[in-house]
Amino acid sequence: MMNTTSNTFSASSRETAANEALPVIEVCNLCKEFILHQQGGTHIEALRNVSFHVNAGECVALYGPSGSGKSTMLKALYGNYLPSSGSILVRCRDGETDMASASPRQVSRLRRECISYVSQFLRVIPRVSTLDLVAEPLLAAGFGEEKAMGRARDLLRRLNLPERLWDLAPATFSGGEQQRVNIARGFCRPTPILLLDEPTASLDAMNRKVVVELIHEACERGCAVVGIFHDDDTRRAVAHRSVVMSRPGEHA
Amino acid sequence: MTEQLPVLRAESLTRRYGERLGCRNVSLELWPGEVLGIVGESGSGKSTLLNMLSGRLTPSEGRVLYRDAHGADIDLHALSEGERRRLLRTELGYVHQNPRDGLRMQVSAGANIGERLMAAGGRNYGKLRATALEWLDKVEIAAPRIDDVPARYSGGMQQRLQIARNLVTGPRLVFMDEPTGGLDVSVQARLLDLLRRLVRDMDLAVVLVTHDLAVARLLSHRLMVMYHGEVVEQGLADQVLDDPHHPYTQLLVSSILQG
Ligand SMILES: Nc1ncnc2c1ncn2[C@@H]1O[C@H](COP(=O)(O)OP(=O)(O)OP(=O)(O)O)[C@@H](O)[C@H]1O
Ligand SMILES: [Mg+2]
Repeated sequence: MMNTTSNTFSASSRETAANEALPVIEVCNLCKEFILHQQGGTHIEALRNVSFHVNAGECVALYGPSGSGKSTMLKALYGNYLPSSGSILVRCRDGETDMASASPRQVSRLRRECISYVSQFLRVIPRVSTLDLVAEPLLAAGFGEEKAMGRARDLLRRLNLPERLWDLAPATFSGGEQQRVNIARGFCRPTPILLLDEPTASLDAMNRKVVVELIHEACERGCAVVGIFHDDDTRRAVAHRSVVMSRPGEHA
Repeated sequence: MTEQLPVLRAESLTRRYGERLGCRNVSLELWPGEVLGIVGESGSGKSTLLNMLSGRLTPSEGRVLYRDAHGADIDLHALSEGERRRLLRTELGYVHQNPRDGLRMQVSAGANIGERLMAAGGRNYGKLRATALEWLDKVEIAAPRIDDVPARYSGGMQQRLQIARNLVTGPRLVFMDEPTGGLDVSVQARLLDLLRRLVRDMDLAVVLVTHDLAVARLLSHRLMVMYHGEVVEQGLADQVLDDPHHPYTQLLVSSILQG
């Protein structure tokens, strides 16, 4: 398609092996500036020349003070924010795509097939039950109803969400309960890329431990994980490396 | 991977009303299973665009190509009135904001659904009625209400009936103009949930006009923002809403959050 950096030479087994050794994510000189037209055209520089890569099976933590652009970086990786310049190469399945210039359709496809994202807060959908919400990404990716529901139940059980809540819409759940629904939704598909924005922020110690285990399992099956972790213990327990971020203009 | 082709393509659509521009130079492509939301304030040209896309309003310039079930490209504005009507009753659907515009208020709910089936070639009365019942169930209308006329339905039920009437023939592309417009919030939530499921299960392509950004976010994959007859911004729905670039989109988004 139009914006895919081409990677379509027919793959002999050697080339495939070489391809697998390339990072799954490669961020290069990424910049993001917001222009607030409602506020006199104020410019906010959120990211300046951020570069890093993530290999398969690796968990990389974005680390830095509040406002240093960690969530902005994660949202750019998901195609939720549009970078001002730079590139985000994502290598998944049959090709290589630059998320920074990909068409909406390409981004949709990558999300469906390759990228899972656990946002900081659950976005509740009116009238949709917890179980349906968790299974939805699996259904959208073409998994059968039974398999999707089975996987959703397994995860909710592991995250200790009481079974009596499964058929309810999570609108009335506590912060920690909502976050566990969000985590289950994010982890239910075994995608090659997983993005986590403070997944353990409102969890108790027992459930934090479950999330740490889930991240370990994801890495073991070769997933490339990028995460923001608010507590140092969790970060040390899961991250192979950290990318240190600072506010543009300030030094880390 | 099965690479599909767009089911709808619009090329440089422009519509003038005398001196005034209703809509200027809009091009788009829509793929099977994709919901395209068109947002913007009233008078921004959303309905003008929708009416051109669905073949109901002739463009001053540009054309609309629909790829039919057999893979043939059909210029919607080059069809005879009869052919266009036939298409609108079978492969295409149009859900009006006001159910009165999309239903026959004086005939029964069952007949409202059956009528479209007959236009698509259905003849057997027993089968027509069975399918109508099946669809009433899908849109959560109790079976005994099948012989009632829609005039005796609530607004939410009328809208669900209009949706059943449109979807019963298994259309490939449906146009919706503010489908949740006049409904109160709880009724809206139910309708949205229903639409979300039907769109997914039937792999429908939808062009959805709405001024409600929450509805747009919930139902659309992609968004186009219209302002003074032009598309000022477009992209993935959550990207446009969370990282709006154009001043008008920023105004729209910020007004909602404060509302
Ligand atoms: N949608 C947006 N529109 C305008 N500015 C934004 C937007 N999102 C983020 N910003 C700005 O970008 C900068 C970086 O914010 P970001 O949320 O990425 O920081 P963070 O490192 O995740 O901080 P925290 O640790 O507090 O979550 C901030 O100045 C923020 O105000
Ligand atoms: Mg953050």
